[in-house]
Amino acid sequence: MALTGLVLIGFVFVHMAGNLQVLAGQAQINAYAHSLQSLPWFILWGSRLFLLASVVIHAWTAYSLIIENRKARPDKNEVEVTKRAGWSSLKMGLTGSILLAFIVFHLLHFTIRTIYPEYAEMTTTVGSTADVEIHDAFSMILAGFKHDIISIFYVVAMFLLCRHLAHGFSSVFQSIGLRTEAWQGKLDLIASGYAWLIFAGFSIIPISVLAQKHGLYEFYDPSFFVSEASEKTNTSNLLNNES
Amino acid sequence: MKLTLKIWRQSGPTENGSFESHVLDDVSEDSSFLEMLDQLNEQLLKQGNEPVAFDHDCREGICGTCSLTINGYAHGPENSTTTCQLHMRKFNDGETVTIEPFRAKAFPVVRDLIVDRSAFDRIIQSGGFISVRTGSAPDGNSIPISKVDADKAMDAAACIGCGACVASCKNASAMLFTSAKAAHLNLLPQGQAEKDARVLNMVSTMDESGFGNCRNYGECSAACPKDISLDYIAKLNRDHAKAKIKKIFS
Repeated sequence: MALTGLVLIGFVFVHMAGNLQVLAGQAQINAYAHSLQSLPWFILWGSRLFLLASVVIHAWTAYSLIIENRKARPDKNEVEVTKRAGWSSLKMGLTGSILLAFIVFHLLHFTIRTIYPEYAEMTTTVGSTADVEIHDAFSMILAGFKHDIISIFYVVAMFLLCRHLAHGFSSVFQSIGLRTEAWQGKLDLIASGYAWLIFAGFSIIPISVLAQKHGLYEFYDPSFFVSEASEKTNTSNLLNNES
Repeated sequence: MKLTLKIWRQSGPTENGSFESHVLDDVSEDSSFLEMLDQLNEQLLKQGNEPVAFDHDCREGICGTCSLTINGYAHGPENSTTTCQLHMRKFNDGETVTIEPFRAKAFPVVRDLIVDRSAFDRIIQSGGFISVRTGSAPDGNSIPISKVDADKAMDAAACIGCGACVASCKNASAMLFTSAKAAHLNLLPQGQAEKDARVLNMVSTMDESGFGNCRNYGECSAACPKDISLDYIAKLNRDHAKAKIKKIFS
């Protein structure tokens, strides 16, 4: 539990740092995405399988623990009270389950691209060093987050991840035996800070796309948002003409 | 003061239990929780009813025999207090007080509020001891122990084995008890020889007894009448990991 948790704690940071390159523009993120895609197959698939195995083992252990724990306390107290544990600690199963569903959705959305198969056909030479067509990760991310509902779902999922990490990260130290009372406060603070950093880093991308779509702030090259706007004006013009 | 008591009644381990309500008039604020239950039992006996069975022994907070989940709290809402040291002035006149046994699969109810905590004894029997040559007493201070270690071992040894940690844990985990009992010996030179075997055996007995798994909520330490620290659980995890690795490579 703790070991797979540690792997995933490390992974979310690397993933977040990678994602933030979207803010640096199309060339930067496309080049980064392409460099990942063109890693030797055994490294690429090795890491993918390693991460997938971590998620599966993490979830499997969690569910078996929950089942064992329910058996250990079959009769509930008439009055159930909680003295110390907070919401994030008590709801690890709930936040974890939603995150598991999120991971499946996220892979189908941006990695396997079954939800919008057209994302796979987005190619460009921007960001390519050899002037060949590469996958246009930038356009895909922008297209993906232009859907309000999907973006909101991503932000909510990242908030749940933040809560999951706040308990999980500090709990790791206890489970592997490194926490002491003297360090507990500091470790909880580090875990909480890390959790909010991950939340902010991931959420800024869907939020920035939505903000630009709704005309609040220009984060990206406005030409990527033109087509929709012009389509809208065209239709409204047509309507005006008809009337 | 006047109290309504909502008490768990169960005539035997295999019977189904249920709550029963009793009104108790004229409870002294100065009486302890157990004295209040004695008063209830006298009233029940006068009425020709069966008295409520509950565990108690020293009534001075050191033996770990009294139990009871009071209004959802193991040993009641006061911090660092056993049920026998809880006084009725902590309750309000006219209040309804819910009294339940410590609930866990590993602590089956014997009768009413009495639970069988012999699972704790089995954990101790599997490793909570040191093997020494009996005979004349050893020389005092023949084995030097630092003040820091002595204090830590003494804090762990403060555990009275009441089971409040199990009762307050959402998962009925016995990690706080087991960790305190293991740490108390593992911290001292006399405990080193059997340290690895102790940790492995005590943890496996704990698991076999049907206790749940620790999820680091900290409810156990919050309910503990002796304020046993969560540090001992971290130490047990550390010692267990070390012992397991050593076992693999030996």
